[in-house]
Amino acid sequence: MNTDAIRLLLNGEPVDVTGIAPTTSLLAWLRIHRGLTGTKEGCAEGDCGACTVVVGELAGDTDSLRLFSVNACIQFMPALDGKAVFTVEYLRRQAEDRLHPVQQAMVDCHGSQCGFCTPGFVMSLWDLYNACVPDGTRPDAARISSQLTGNLCRCTGYRPILEAGQRMFEHPAQALDREAVRAALLRLRRSEALDYAHDGAHFFAPRTLEALIELRSRHPQATVLAGCTDIGLWVNKQFRDVGDLLYIGQVEALQQVVEARGRLRIGAAVSLSDAFAALCLPYPELGELWERFASPPVRNAGTLGGNVANGSPIGDSMPALIALGAEVVVHGPGGRRSLPLEAFYLDYMRKDLAADEIVEAVEVPVHESALRFRSWKLSKRFDSDISAVCGAFALRLEDGVVRGPRIAFGGMAATPRRALRTEAAIDGRRWDEDTLTAALRALAEDYAPLSDLRASADYRRRTAAALLRRFYLETRAQDPLDAQQTRVFAAFDSFAAQP
Amino acid sequence: MKAQSFTQARQAAPAAHHGHPHESARLHVAGEATYVDDIRELAGTAHAALGLSTQAHARIVAIELDAVRAMPGVIAVFTAADIPGTNDCGPIIHDDPILADGVVHYVGQPLFAVVADSHEHARRAARRAKVSYEPLPAVLDPLQAKAQNSFVLPPMQLVRGEPAARLAAAPRRLRGSWQVGGQEQFYLEGQISYAVPREDGCIHLWCSTQHPTEMQHVVSHALGLAANQVVVEMRRMGGGFGGKESQSALFACVAALAAARLRRPVKLRPDRDDDFMITGKRHDFHYEYEVGFDDEGRILAARIEMVARAGFSADLSGPVATRAICHFDNAYYLADVDIRALCARTNTQSNTAFRGFGGPQGAVAIEYIIDSIARELGRDALDVRKLNFYGGAGRDLTPYGQRVEDNVIHELVAELEADSAYRERRRAITAYNAGSPVLKKGLALTPVKFGISFNVAHYNQAGALVHVYTDGSVLVNHGGTEMGQGLNTKVCQVVAHTLGIALAQVRATAADTSKVANTSATAASTGADLNGKAAEDAARRIRQRLADFVAQRHGIDADAVRFADDHVHAGAVAIPFAECVQQAYQARVQLWSEGFYTTPGLSWDRSTLTGRPFYYFAYGAAVAEVLVDTLTGEWRLLRADLLHDAGNSINPAIDVGQVEGAFIQGMGWLTMEELWWNKDGRLMTHAPSTYKIPAAHDCPAEFHTRLFRNSNHEETILRSKAVGEPPLLLGFAVLFALRDAVTAVGDGRSAPPLRAPATPEAILDAIDAVRAACAHTAAEPQP
Repeated sequence: MNTDAIRLLLNGEPVDVTGIAPTTSLLAWLRIHRGLTGTKEGCAEGDCGACTVVVGELAGDTDSLRLFSVNACIQFMPALDGKAVFTVEYLRRQAEDRLHPVQQAMVDCHGSQCGFCTPGFVMSLWDLYNACVPDGTRPDAARISSQLTGNLCRCTGYRPILEAGQRMFEHPAQALDREAVRAALLRLRRSEALDYAHDGAHFFAPRTLEALIELRSRHPQATVLAGCTDIGLWVNKQFRDVGDLLYIGQVEALQQVVEARGRLRIGAAVSLSDAFAALCLPYPELGELWERFASPPVRNAGTLGGNVANGSPIGDSMPALIALGAEVVVHGPGGRRSLPLEAFYLDYMRKDLAADEIVEAVEVPVHESALRFRSWKLSKRFDSDISAVCGAFALRLEDGVVRGPRIAFGGMAATPRRALRTEAAIDGRRWDEDTLTAALRALAEDYAPLSDLRASADYRRRTAAALLRRFYLETRAQDPLDAQQTRVFAAFDSFAAQP
Repeated sequence: MKAQSFTQARQAAPAAHHGHPHESARLHVAGEATYVDDIRELAGTAHAALGLSTQAHARIVAIELDAVRAMPGVIAVFTAADIPGTNDCGPIIHDDPILADGVVHYVGQPLFAVVADSHEHARRAARRAKVSYEPLPAVLDPLQAKAQNSFVLPPMQLVRGEPAARLAAAPRRLRGSWQVGGQEQFYLEGQISYAVPREDGCIHLWCSTQHPTEMQHVVSHALGLAANQVVVEMRRMGGGFGGKESQSALFACVAALAAARLRRPVKLRPDRDDDFMITGKRHDFHYEYEVGFDDEGRILAARIEMVARAGFSADLSGPVATRAICHFDNAYYLADVDIRALCARTNTQSNTAFRGFGGPQGAVAIEYIIDSIARELGRDALDVRKLNFYGGAGRDLTPYGQRVEDNVIHELVAELEADSAYRERRRAITAYNAGSPVLKKGLALTPVKFGISFNVAHYNQAGALVHVYTDGSVLVNHGGTEMGQGLNTKVCQVVAHTLGIALAQVRATAADTSKVANTSATAASTGADLNGKAAEDAARRIRQRLADFVAQRHGIDADAVRFADDHVHAGAVAIPFAECVQQAYQARVQLWSEGFYTTPGLSWDRSTLTGRPFYYFAYGAAVAEVLVDTLTGEWRLLRADLLHDAGNSINPAIDVGQVEGAFIQGMGWLTMEELWWNKDGRLMTHAPSTYKIPAAHDCPAEFHTRLFRNSNHEETILRSKAVGEPPLLLGFAVLFALRDAVTAVGDGRSAPPLRAPATPEAILDAIDAVRAACAHTAAEPQP
């Protein structure tokens, strides 16, 4: 069969790949087909980081080089077409067979014990190193921790690795030749959209929205693929046959964040990293949620559009987006339609989305007047944990009276859902202890959560109320408490302010 | 974050007592360290996957495997009937089938193995079996098992003095029940075995295991081979933590079975979920206790019954329970005690070794009791702890009859109390809590005393081989396994130190059953103690031969020959080591040697649970300060201060790494790591997406770790102390700091019923319990 080859840059060298299933993971390809065994499999679900590699791609009008870490275990090979992949083996080559400063710092700080997670940590640190070295900035301790939340280490307790994240800048700088990578990627650029096929399964990577819509109507059974952070698990863990894949990551129009007419329009292929960065400008209150949303490699690959379109009852972006009054833009052969995000979710994993439609964008209003807004999640671990409960609260106060409240929760029902009774109980009332009491009573009527491995129904009920109480304490007119008094993670609020 | 307190000499670093990097550090960071799955596969290598039970307890009526065989790439399917030897891989009691035969005992038990041309094909095919079951009653809860008198081993009991009478006579008494959860080892490298058939029915097995000799035994029994037909090789593990002591056996046996039957190389690498579903974890413990004490908090008598979840088979539950009994005292003198341990049979994974091996579960119980006593009396828990420490006239005999002769807990705790500014911070926290409506801080200092040696005397032996080559380079092989703990580094340091050469001259090989035979598991923290001594013995024998040779040649006394600075010193003459070795070779001196070591002075009576099970004790203490959200139960560790006794440390950098890593791992066990089975007995937390070990933000921003200045009073290897397991117990400080913070919600006098793991939900439950208790006397304090 004639098919396009997947063309990528592996550790600086162009490589053509054919003869593998479109769902072959980058990790399997590296280890089995290329013998590059430095990248490890720890979980095959994007949760341990032992397989972390760095990907480079051309971005924007100027084709600048963007580098970011991803989990190789949940990246399908054809999605890397036209991109650069760097594995741990590259670093020593870059340093002319000496250890790279990142690696040397890890040795100096005794940052490895069993060593199995180490290449993943090295690559996460190298990603940070590349971000800092060109302009001479140095990350503070908080940023280093944040960079490493997707890498699990069972031996060290992290302290020496975090220290290595600082010490790596003390060695003579070893800057990546970004221009060479960029030039090589320009040479790889193909003139036509990729149509990769193997054994009857296709991987389409259209370039334009029109082509995407057209392909979607021709292949309504195909699986729409964006960041692969969820669909990768369907394949690795559930052995699902995903059929043909329709990849939206090459559609230019879906990669954009545009602010116009008081709305932030986030294209469906915009990564969670970029989406949160854009959302945190008008809504710095999202900083803690951003920090706790998955991990850098997952946020770099995964998309906000995918999180929304997937519609998991515990997806962490939806309560906040619903509270902010976000709309989802759906596009099919008949054109576009917009609907409030909460209306998009019909039932457990069921959405108002026809087989020939795709999610094109999420539009979030940027409120002009002072919106009191918060969104928090609760989980057993701070970093990269699926929430037991995720709540979001938005309202305005006019002379101490609540106006237009929007409250939504994840983890409390089969879909992310608004707390309509609670909203009704506070709308138009003074924001005081009595109103809170009424709100808490209403909240108990709004949801009937379940017990599972993350929490009991009782805990979900109690803490949904606790989050509402916390929101009240922080936003009440009389003597509001600041974050330092209400939240153990308040220090991380500064995250949103980081470059 | 402060730098640690070991010194780094600039030049000519001594081989021993110095913080050298891990011998594989450069390979680790370069991605060049080879684990089993990284070994270049031989041509024709096939891949196995396991088909697992979906029932907790059932008779197998039929297994329909045709659909499995029809899947792409499938080469063969094996069931219990295909095992030519014994279908068992139990380490002590033979109740552990390799593949289920007739009955399944837990969800996740392997039923069959499918072998295919790729890992992917094997995994997909394994899901296609149709198994019909006839369900049997399943026991999923250890307390239910106890109620039904269902145990994997007979109950154990250690009684000293007259606990019943002393309890009855005590001025104050507390009784209660409590529980701590289990813990998945979560080694980053999962279980894996790669078996290659060799001539004459022999098997070569690469296996990620802490116990190569045991793997050799179970494989030979399963295949009906002699031990000399099976070679097990193990260069390094990507973590073990006890989970690869006995439980690598099933994977070793299946890979070897398939390789032997198919006469081709077979690799078995379960994916992470299967690994969680198949293998055992740390035992969760349930306690019923009663303690009598005086008005100051001095314990007069204690009684405890510990019920451990053994799972479906015995595995190592017996020794785990024994160690729990022998660590219930922790650092405290308990005059009259009654300690009982039960190994409950449940239809869940067969629980096994995990760093500490029952010791943490024993010690954490007395800490909970002492903490409760302190709260009952309204005293600072540290004061009550100190009051009960071993020491003073007649207060140095453990319940199991071993005298505590190396006690440093008083000095160690005093030093940490001062260094961590415990008292000042206690006052500051009290003030903070008074002014903070939602968030509360908590502080705790907990001590550790941990016995070192295998409880079973005969495991306390080790062998080594040291080869000196004619270029002066040295190769050492020993019976221990490298799982990240730095054992090879320490053994190389010992050999270099003994021969007076630079560490760079010494290389360690893979553990290999064809080199050193009849090895013990690398476990019970004894790796460096045993294998370091054996390697030292081997190096000394070579050194003696070289000394004799040089003495004769230079006409001096052999005792006057010194080995230092890469030279052999004979009076005024200094011969470079390599040159000396070359000369000795020419003179036909044997330049390699075996070494052997047994730990002296151990005894243990299994019937009375008394004797001297431990060569010595390791000590430590930790202070933790936490911040708790009383609305949600969320919390942060703000600061930790650790002080640990590693004796005269061979490698302070590696030992600090062990201490810090163990502390965080112990904290994970007691806080965020929660195993959750559904009502059908299916483990639902079976991957890192659902089972949460500590991550980067769980490392406290302020983290001070120091080694206590000490020397082992026993003649251990270079007077060091074992450091693998003891510091795991330092993590207790976090749990009790959380309990301290929860207490601050109430009147400070009630002891919150805080279960472990202290998840946010458990913390909130404890907060609500304190509030409910307070509501009786006063209005509920609400922000």
